[in-house]
Amino acid sequence: MTEAATVSDRLSATGTANALELRGVSKLFGALAALEDIDLTVRPGERRAVLGSNGAGKTTLFNCVTGDFLPTRGTIRFFGEDISAFPPHERIRRGLRRTYQISLLFTGLSVLDNVYLACVGVSRSRFSFLRPRRDDALVASAEDLVHVVHLDDARDTRVANLSYGQQRQLEIAMALAGAPRFILFDEPAAGLSPTERRELVEILNGLPDHMGYIIIEHDMDVALRVAESVTMMHNGRIFKQGKPAEIEQDPEVQALYLGGGHG
Amino acid sequence: MAVTERDPARDARPLSWIERIPGRYWLIGAALLVMPVFASDFVLFQIFGWTFILGIIALSLMFLGGYGGMVSLAQMTVAGLAGYMVAIFGESAISAISLNWPWYIAIPLALAIAVLFGTLTGWLAVRTDGIYTIMITLAIAAAFFYFVRQNYVMFNGFSGFNGVLPPDLFGVDWRGPKAFYYLTLFWAVICYLAVLYISRAPFGLALQGVRDNQRRMSALGYNATAHRVAAYAFAAVLAGIGGILLTWQSAQVSPGTAGIGPAIDVLVIAVIGGMRHPVGAFIGAFVYVILKTFALDALVAVGLAGERFQLLIGLGFLVIVFWSPDGILGLWDRWRESRGKDPLLDRGGEGP
Ligand SMILES: Nc1ncnc2c1ncn2[C@@H]1O[C@H](COP(=O)(O)OP(=O)(O)OP(=O)(O)O)[C@@H](O)[C@H]1O
Ligand SMILES: [Mg+2]
Repeated sequence: MTEAATVSDRLSATGTANALELRGVSKLFGALAALEDIDLTVRPGERRAVLGSNGAGKTTLFNCVTGDFLPTRGTIRFFGEDISAFPPHERIRRGLRRTYQISLLFTGLSVLDNVYLACVGVSRSRFSFLRPRRDDALVASAEDLVHVVHLDDARDTRVANLSYGQQRQLEIAMALAGAPRFILFDEPAAGLSPTERRELVEILNGLPDHMGYIIIEHDMDVALRVAESVTMMHNGRIFKQGKPAEIEQDPEVQALYLGGGHG
Repeated sequence: MAVTERDPARDARPLSWIERIPGRYWLIGAALLVMPVFASDFVLFQIFGWTFILGIIALSLMFLGGYGGMVSLAQMTVAGLAGYMVAIFGESAISAISLNWPWYIAIPLALAIAVLFGTLTGWLAVRTDGIYTIMITLAIAAAFFYFVRQNYVMFNGFSGFNGVLPPDLFGVDWRGPKAFYYLTLFWAVICYLAVLYISRAPFGLALQGVRDNQRRMSALGYNATAHRVAAYAFAAVLAGIGGILLTWQSAQVSPGTAGIGPAIDVLVIAVIGGMRHPVGAFIGAFVYVILKTFALDALVAVGLAGERFQLLIGLGFLVIVFWSPDGILGLWDRWRESRGKDPLLDRGGEGP
């Protein structure tokens, strides 16, 4: 990766700070506590799976971290910097990325244009009045990302004409734009076919080592293959964290989550 | 819509920019260039000159509305302000107020002030959405109108400025019908091409992204508010150019130039033409100018009162909004679709 130098610079600049550090984060929707007093620490480069039943607060957790919603209470630190009050774009520019549970794409644009837009968003050309030249570096990196998520054949296809699985892959490509330091994947595997899941696992495992992420995933099998640690959520709280093997064996977890319909 | 689109055959020799200009541009361009050979002075100055000017001002609204999703009624106000500024900094018959500065200072200064004002308007308006944007910009337009009408020290109140003429550059009388036709055509083409070009540049693309899904754009690192305000600034450049030309055409600028009526007329023009493509602004302006110029006579000829002209425009507006929300452009598209000739659909290879 050409960004390797800048990434390691940033890492050394931020010292030993954690990639993500949440302290006492709560989010209330009226009387409903979607998140209650969340403490969460993720190291740089760490890959974490977040599991939990429907409505556990997983997506809300992501929304609070990216600034889509402001948390009701609590502080969020990103590589040591308190980003709690930052608007979303400021957090993104610091190297945070996310995908959405329900794809949010520009359906009138081509695949490459969507990724290009993502690359421009974290570059200095955001306000450029000049069209990209043939040898534009951002276009080139957009093309690379399209390749990373195996969408080369669909590169010039309008997003509206993509299959569901392809749209999920495009979401991932857009999250990889620029030089992300940490990515939040919201159920990227949901609704994918077994083949597409295998491809997804391949893409995630192919990411450079310094790129940590949190992945929300209902499917234990996928989660175990792409994450080195697991956080279990229930009713807006974290109730268990640990290595995948420990979590799988935990009787409480089995009773609450794995017992409930999971094969 | 592809910014990053390449030629289908990637090895093929890339087309030069001349080869990429569509045939209809050559045709229309040639027709417009030779127009003065056979058109009367009245048609050149009054019909086409005015069409180009109103088209430029409506284009500034089309840019905000079509690409930014923000309908501003203050674009005529920005135009009017630019007109006032050339009158104040440059020359006019009101020698007590006009500063008589040379054109190369007066015109850029007038534009800069118009852009500042447009940006400020945007800065206020982007905090609102939809109908509230229309209301706040209408309020600004109304405030400007009443302010200049009552201010005699700077804006010469009710009567405004007359005798505001274009500079005689290269010894040409730029208010002569042929010269004025080419002057307005030149700026209309420049503004049109600029909008077309920018719509596919990162700035324009991001603006359309913000229009379609602001939350998504924020999650890609874009500051949606900053993009919107910047769009107002760019639109103000267009409106300012249009405003200066408008002032030269009538050789005067007064509160009525930027009243509520003209402000709404600009919206009517943009909507009639269609906000999906910059050419809509000029189509709308042409229809408006034709109606405004000939409807009166036509109405009188059939024994109706001339004032019914506004009614006619209003009815036309209703019909368009009702029949085709995309204006005349939308009608054109539908006609092509009904003939199954839409090149977008015929492209093939894009099916799911
Ligand atoms: N914008 C909102 N307004 C009100 N309530 C909300 C909002 N977003 C989420 N909630 C509520 O917060 C709770 C947690 O929702 P969240 O989407 O975070 O769950 P999740 O763990 O992502 O579930 P799923 O697995 O279904 O995606 C739910 O009860 C949900 O109804
Ligand atoms: Mg969710």
